[in-house]
Amino acid sequence: MTPLAAFLIVAALVFAIGLAIALTRRNAILVLIGIELMLNAANLNLIAFWRFGPHSSGTGDGLTGMMFAIFSIAVAAAEAAVGLGLVIAYHRHAKTTDLDAMTRMKG
Amino acid sequence: MSFLANLDQVFVLLQHWIAGFFPLWLQPVVATILGVIAIVATFPGIFAVTTVLERKGLGRMQNRLGPNRVGPLGILQPVADGIKSLTKEDIVPLSADAVVHFLAPVLLVIAVFLGFAVLPVGRNMVLVNFDAGLLFFFAIGASTELSIFMAGWSSRNKYSLLGAMRAVAQMISYEVPLLLSSVVVVMITGSLSTVKIVEAQSGFTGWFPHWYVFTPWGFAGFALFVVAALAETNRSPFDLPEGESELVAGYFTEYSGFKFALFFLGEYLGMLSIAGFAITLFLGGWGAPFSFLGFVPSWGWFFLKLLAAIAFFIWLRGTLPRLRQDQLMNFAWKFMLPMALLNLLVAGAWRFLGDGWGRWVICSIVLLTAYALLGRVLMRKQGLGARSYRYAE
Amino acid sequence: MIAGVGVVFLLISVLTVAGALAAALLRNLVHCALSLTVTFAGLALLYLQLDAQFAGFAQILVYIGAVAILVAFAILLTRGAGAPEYRNFSSSWFAGLSIAAAVFALLAWAVTKSLPVRVPAETAPAVTVQSIGAALMSSYVLPLEIVAVLLTVALIGAVIVAMPEAKATKPLPEKAGGK
Repeated sequence: MTPLAAFLIVAALVFAIGLAIALTRRNAILVLIGIELMLNAANLNLIAFWRFGPHSSGTGDGLTGMMFAIFSIAVAAAEAAVGLGLVIAYHRHAKTTDLDAMTRMKG
Repeated sequence: MSFLANLDQVFVLLQHWIAGFFPLWLQPVVATILGVIAIVATFPGIFAVTTVLERKGLGRMQNRLGPNRVGPLGILQPVADGIKSLTKEDIVPLSADAVVHFLAPVLLVIAVFLGFAVLPVGRNMVLVNFDAGLLFFFAIGASTELSIFMAGWSSRNKYSLLGAMRAVAQMISYEVPLLLSSVVVVMITGSLSTVKIVEAQSGFTGWFPHWYVFTPWGFAGFALFVVAALAETNRSPFDLPEGESELVAGYFTEYSGFKFALFFLGEYLGMLSIAGFAITLFLGGWGAPFSFLGFVPSWGWFFLKLLAAIAFFIWLRGTLPRLRQDQLMNFAWKFMLPMALLNLLVAGAWRFLGDGWGRWVICSIVLLTAYALLGRVLMRKQGLGARSYRYAE
Repeated sequence: MIAGVGVVFLLISVLTVAGALAAALLRNLVHCALSLTVTFAGLALLYLQLDAQFAGFAQILVYIGAVAILVAFAILLTRGAGAPEYRNFSSSWFAGLSIAAAVFALLAWAVTKSLPVRVPAETAPAVTVQSIGAALMSSYVLPLEIVAVLLTVALIGAVIVAMPEAKATKPLPEKAGGK
């Protein structure tokens, strides 16, 4: 197994665990944790391909993977903030964070 | 090499000599381990000296003698403190979360010791020369907030939780001015590596050094960095989260014995490392203050400056009253953040105005005006009037 | 080298996957958040092993220093430290688990069956913080500005969403007898 394949398998494992968290747990905050894990696994993929891929000197000077990962970190942090704000707002309204109870749009 | 050059590099030469006894493939590992041993031995030693200095210094400032029983003038007090904290009973509350309660001080000490790895203590004397060394230090410093949260939450105690949330809110608020005021240095130096930042400040014009603190933007940045550093390490006047008169002991109420000593160690080491970084970024690191004083070894200058910084922090603790939570949050977001952003602008202007006295005048005037205006705007809401005294009848 | 990968890599990836599994299985929410932090740290170490220094330190600073604390605060603000009133796993947990397992099987099959077009590079691409800065200001200045706008919007939006609602204004006394 090449080193690249090893990193990709670890990333796939973390992604699958994040997906399992998002699909099976009932608490809304845990779903957001699962989403963060999925984003992190994608970041690991990006950096692994940047390290082991061809070092082109086109636009970006061979830094494309790293740049993509850095922007992804920033965007994921912003999305976590907004998502957690939503969960807090909903909890203030319905006094629960149970996803199975959030079945209606009407407040 | 001359005697002075040898004295300057004596620790590096010692490290190479000891590593020479090992086979070639093992030498880098041995050299690094020796550096780690040096850090782990030196900085807790300075911590012990700091505790004595603090208690004696605070005592004299408060018109009393500090501890004076153990050893001549109380110098051996840290030994007594160490023995006491090691032999005290370690009480863990029954309803506390045992695993997290145990891991919180461990995480704090680990994070703080990691921060010393990129501190250049002397010429060629840094443990790791990362390309992004400063970013590493701030990243590790951000992890200490997590350990404070763990400590406060795992104690299952309302006072601890309140203290922890206050402390984390304070540390997050002051993280932004801390980072912005150090970005100015990075901008002018052109590198995040601490070694390069110190080397950029090692020139002299005539007698005077090229330290960044002697420029307008550097002075403003230094002031902002020091205030934010005090708030980051929960030190007076920002020590509301652990105020003894307020919250019992804040987030380490439920800790006793060795774990409390670990928290204490972690806090003071954090103060030492951030003081070390203030010295590296603004005060020229291991450089001498005047060119004719270059004969003193570089590590000697660094530790002298560190001692001066510690004395300054102790002086502040003994002098200033504590800030209230809303006062310190206002101060961070409404005064320090705009000043730090303006400082960035001024540093950029400094770079592009070219050499000469013009840029000194322009930058100083802009910074002083902003300081006066921002201060005036903030003070207007306080409604301060003339002092009125009330006496008991 | 075990199975073609180094021992250090194996240890770090075991730590990462263990943290992720703990986040999936633990009952107490704050423990889940803390094991998420362990996963983030493991991932940062993997980035450092891939010679991506800047990304690794940015991961520690942003994720462990900010996102983990944000998650912990959200947990505290929504339920405190008490036990949940509802069960941990949703009623359709088996479907979710099998979907996740299927996704992992597909990805692993794709990774192991595909052959690289070129031989993976042995040396890391030369990257310094200065080159990242130069790239951010020249080739990537448009994404930089868009991310800046995005972060500002997210900041303002999160504050507005999470703010307590303004109290409803009381009806004026004159209107009490009318309508």
